[in-house]
Amino acid sequence: MGELMTKRLTKAVLSGAAIATALGGIAAPAYAQRDPAYAAARAAGEVGEKMDGYLGIVGPETAELRRIVNDINIKRRAVYSQKAQASNATLEEYALAAGCQAILATVPGEKYQAPDGSWQTRTSAPPMRDSRCP
Amino acid sequence: MKPHELTDHEGRATNCDMQGNAAMKGLKISAAACLASLALAGCVTVEAPTEPIVIELNVNIRQEVIYRLAEDAGNTIEENADIF
Repeated sequence: MGELMTKRLTKAVLSGAAIATALGGIAAPAYAQRDPAYAAARAAGEVGEKMDGYLGIVGPETAELRRIVNDINIKRRAVYSQKAQASNATLEEYALAAGCQAILATVPGEKYQAPDGSWQTRTSAPPMRDSRCP
Repeated sequence: MKPHELTDHEGRATNCDMQGNAAMKGLKISAAACLASLALAGCVTVEAPTEPIVIELNVNIRQEVIYRLAEDAGNTIEENADIF
């Protein structure tokens, strides 16, 4: 009787571990991808990375582009706010630091804002960034 | 005492105007002497700047902060690839 219980318990624990592993495999995949509309606007140079850490509309503004940009920027602001608090910095400081990195992370063809405020197309050369960027 | 004697021989200063002039004269002479001696000694002149001195502490502090946050911000961008 005791032996049977032990066997059952072991089985339960093992299957539980298997389920947890499977769930873990699903729950921690590669980081989430960009929304297709955002990815398309970005690739087309309709939106670009601003110095302040937020997304901007490069050319003429459309309702669709405004929706995409606002959606991304609201989400970014929430992340910046949380991270700034965790690292004992202000929202603006964290956003600017993220802007430095986001501009650096642009790929050739994408748009970014230069220190003079103009929109630039990223080439293979390093981007023109704020003098305070590391 | 005749008035012309006073003006002709530049005697003792008898009024404020005369005393002032004499003092100025003395000052000019001593300043010239001082400059001459300084020039001979090879002096260092310090000129006050015409514009006010502004120390931009704000810029330096923020740059330091951005350097500190750079790595964390880079990780944040990677972790939130869907919005960057």
